[in-house]
Formats: sequence, structure tokens, C-alpha cells
Amino acid sequence: MTIDTLPGGAGRARRLATWFHRRPRMQVAGLLAAPMTWIGVAYLGSLAILLLNAFWEQDSFSGKIVPNFTLASFGQLFTVDVYRTIAMRTIGMAMAVTITDALLAFPIAYYMARIASRRTRGFMVVAVLMPLWGSYLVKVYAWRVILQGNGLVDWLLAPLGISGPGLREVSNSWIVLSYLWLPYMILPIFAGLERLPHSLLEASADLGAHAGSTFRRVTLPLVLPAVVAGSIFTFSLTLGDYITPAMVSGTKFIGNVIYDNSSLGSLPLAAAFSFVPIVIMIGYLLIARRLGAFESL
Amino acid sequence: MVESGWVRVALRVLSGVTLAFIYLPLIILAIYAFNPSRSQIWPPAGFSLQWFGEALGNGEVLAAFGTSVAAAAGATAVALVLGTAAALAVQRHRFFGRETISFLLVLPIALPGVVTGIALAATFKTIGVNFGLQTIIVGHATFCVVIAYNNVIARLRRMPRSAEEASSDLGADTWQTFRRVTLPLARTALLSGALLSFALSFDEVIVTNFTAGPGTRTIPLWILSAIQRPTELPVVNVVALLLILLSVIPVYLAQRIGGDTAGIAR
Repeated sequence: MTIDTLPGGAGRARRLATWFHRRPRMQVAGLLAAPMTWIGVAYLGSLAILLLNAFWEQDSFSGKIVPNFTLASFGQLFTVDVYRTIAMRTIGMAMAVTITDALLAFPIAYYMARIASRRTRGFMVVAVLMPLWGSYLVKVYAWRVILQGNGLVDWLLAPLGISGPGLREVSNSWIVLSYLWLPYMILPIFAGLERLPHSLLEASADLGAHAGSTFRRVTLPLVLPAVVAGSIFTFSLTLGDYITPAMVSGTKFIGNVIYDNSSLGSLPLAAAFSFVPIVIMIGYLLIARRLGAFESL
Repeated sequence: MVESGWVRVALRVLSGVTLAFIYLPLIILAIYAFNPSRSQIWPPAGFSLQWFGEALGNGEVLAAFGTSVAAAAGATAVALVLGTAAALAVQRHRFFGRETISFLLVLPIALPGVVTGIALAATFKTIGVNFGLQTIIVGHATFCVVIAYNNVIARLRRMPRSAEEASSDLGADTWQTFRRVTLPLARTALLSGALLSFALSFDEVIVTNFTAGPGTRTIPLWILSAIQRPTELPVVNVVALLLILLSVIPVYLAQRIGGDTAGIAR
């Protein structure tokens, strides 16, 4: 860098640096300008444009969007049975997947954090972390291969005289989505359990609590923020997924309605539907922040 | 020890079952990659390496791979610059609205990708941006920024202020201190943030599906379209196996660096 080697020639850069040094407020402004422009303009701006579309009218004849204020798209969301069913199905699925993942994650996270030897723990952390780096689509595809007609599941069930679900059941989405987001739940719970001071558990035992009540009254409340942190991912990722449902169960979720209406179909309807996960997730995040989940992320 | 003997055994068994659940689908897919038949019936018909040759000689696959690498590199570069700047501002200064910044940065990953995707696509269309590599990079960078930000801010929190103060006392200006003290101390955090950003961007499909436009294909987009064509499935199997194997590289590197990415930071 010229600044270091040529103090005379770099006078201007140096003066600029000094100017900034004396004005911490300008430093903040300089540092935040680019990232906030990016998030504020590119991201929030796009969101605003999209959400605005939800209130515009679509000419039923030409399909053109006319900027006339209407709540018709939101009306469809609440009155058309199909859309209501899809919204409820998606929210129900997000809850089911979150609960499933919390139940699956707890034992392995507990084992990793409190029972496994140091070496086993290191190995298991990597083993749980690894699938997070792997391709989402590859994993969905793997399940498609397993579940499809004449696939592994059918082969396993054949001796019992039954055939598998094929690629048509909603339960497939439940299995695959729970599978996909499981590591997002294991890791925060593991971190939360690891931070838990052992002395608290011993104190509880010394005071005469059973292992069960120690778990219920000491461990669980202290690890709750970590579970909530994990649930942000399992919930949000399920709410927005449109590829998994299409690939393994052929059922429609909120994401499918948004995707199907994005290029063809009705952008105002897609925009109105986008409000559902956004409103749910913002509410979820605010509650999660109150519960102290952000420190566990 | 608080846990009784049988609880420990039960937890051990459950952990083993969970790990098996995580890895079994990937192993099944790996077996299919060596299936000589075009049919996807279980069990596979035999053993063959023929589809590996076809996959590696497939022009579409190679082009898509190149696009994925370019998109991931671009998104990672943008994310590192923006994420580091935001982290420095939030961690080193006190100002109004400071708490809001991390909330805003988390939004692109906390809100479903389908919303980000359709919002960006609608905006690009409205202002007349050409779809292609550049729009893919913009889409990926929105959620990669928070990864770089999380990594750098975690490091800054643990970094002693005294090093930077000593630098100032010795006459270094703000820029020199940043380049010669702060940056080297944060290097591994930047590296692990870059690795995670790159990996996430490389595999992203939910947003990319909206922002790529018809002419540009990343590897996941290629898979998405090839799945619809039964004759392509053997090549998809091989590409999928190769992607699983490739994902070992960043995990290995991240462990070597030993940065702050123990958490998921996504």
C-alpha cells in the first residue's frame, strides 16, 4: 500500500483518514452506507414493491396490473377455500416439522453436549454440521428416489404385502422437511446444553430433585431459548419451501402458490400470499427476541 | 453424574439412530450413482462407472458448474465487504438504531426464500434489469451478508481493543490500523465466513429459481430441470454424488481454520 511506503505522496489519504478519525459519526456513516443501501434499497425496497402489488388491481381481461387500490387479492386469500386450505396446511406443516425436529434433536444434542467423550463430541459435531453444507436439492432428490414407486421404501414394504406412499402423500413432505432442517435444530440445542453449568444440575440433585424433575425444571427452561432459535429456521424454511412439496408429495403449499403466480398468473395474488409468511415470521422473530433466542443463534 | 445408566444408553442409541437417519438417504443416492440401468428401481441392477464419464463430459453440467462457481464467488465478495463494514460499525461504535441493524441483516434469512425470490424478480422486472449471473449474485448476496457479518462481529467482540489502541498511539491512522491490525486479527473469521457464504450460494435454488432468468443455469437449477427428464436421471445421480463429496471440502477447511462458525450462522 502506498500509504505505508510513501508518506509524502499519500498525504491526501492520510488527511482523509485523520478527518474520519476525528469524526466517529462520519466513520459510522461511511461503514454503514454500503450495507444499509444494500439491505435497505435492494432488499427492503424489493419487498415494498412486491407487497405494494398486493393492493393493486389486475385487469381480468388483459392481465395487466393497474395501480388502483383494492383488497381483492387479500379477499381471495380468505374466501377461496383452496387458498385457505393451502395456508392452513402450510402453517400446520411448519408446526409439525418444528415439533418433530425438536423431539429428534434433543436426545442427540443432549448426548453430544453432556455424555459423549470429547473425541466423540468433536466427531458428532462435524457429522451433524456436514449435511448443512451439502446441497438442499440433492437431499430432496435422494428422498424422491427412495420414496418413488419401486424404490427402496416399496422394496422394504413388499414382504409385508403393502406398497409405499409413492410421491403423492403429504406425509412425505413432513418426513423430508423434518429431515432437511434437523441439523438447524440440533446445533443450537447442543450449544445451549453445552453452556449449561453442570453445577446447576448437581445443585438440583443435591436438593433432592429426581433426574426427571431436574430435566423439567432446570435443564428445559434454560435451554428453551436455544430451541426457539432452532425453531426460527425449521419454521421459516418450511413456510417458504415450494420445491420439496412439489418433488415428493405433489401437494401445494404457500410457496407453490407464490411461485406459480409469479411469472404466469396473478402477481397481486402472489404478493398477498407473501404477506402470510412475512407476518408470521416477523411476529415469530419478535417473540423469539423476547425469549432471548437471538443470543443462541 | 445426573443421568442414570439406562438414560445414557437410551440417549446413545437414539443418537446413533438419528445419525443414521441423517446419512442413510445420502448413502442410498451414492449407491444409485453406480447403477448401470436407466431405471431407478431398487435394488440397482449392477455396478458401473459409465455415468461418471457421461456426467463429466456433459456440456450442460460443466457450464452450470462454472455459473455456480462464478455466482458463489461474486456473492461471497459482496457479502464480505458489506458484512465486514456493518460489523465494524455495530461493534466499534455506539449510535442510534444500532440494535435494529442486526435485525435488518437477519431478515433475508429469517424470511422465507420464496418471498426474497419473488420480491427481487418483481423488482428486476419493474426497473428493467437483465436477468443472468448479475441478478443471481444480487439474490445470493442478500442472505450471505449476514453470514459474513455474524462471523466478523463474533471475532471483533473477542478481539482486545488494546491492540487497535496501541496502533493508534503509535501513530497509525484509522486506515492503517484497520489494514495492519484489525484485518489480520479477523482473517480466519473472514475466511470461515467466506467458506460458508460460498457453500450456501453454490447450493441455493429457492431464490435462484426466481432470479436466474431463462438463459442462465446454476448446478442446482440444472438438477431441477434434469429431474423432469427420465433419461437424464443417471447423470443426475452422479452429479448429486459429486456434490455430496464436494461439500466435504469446505467442512474440512472450516475445521482447519477453526473459526467462529461452530454455530450455524445462517
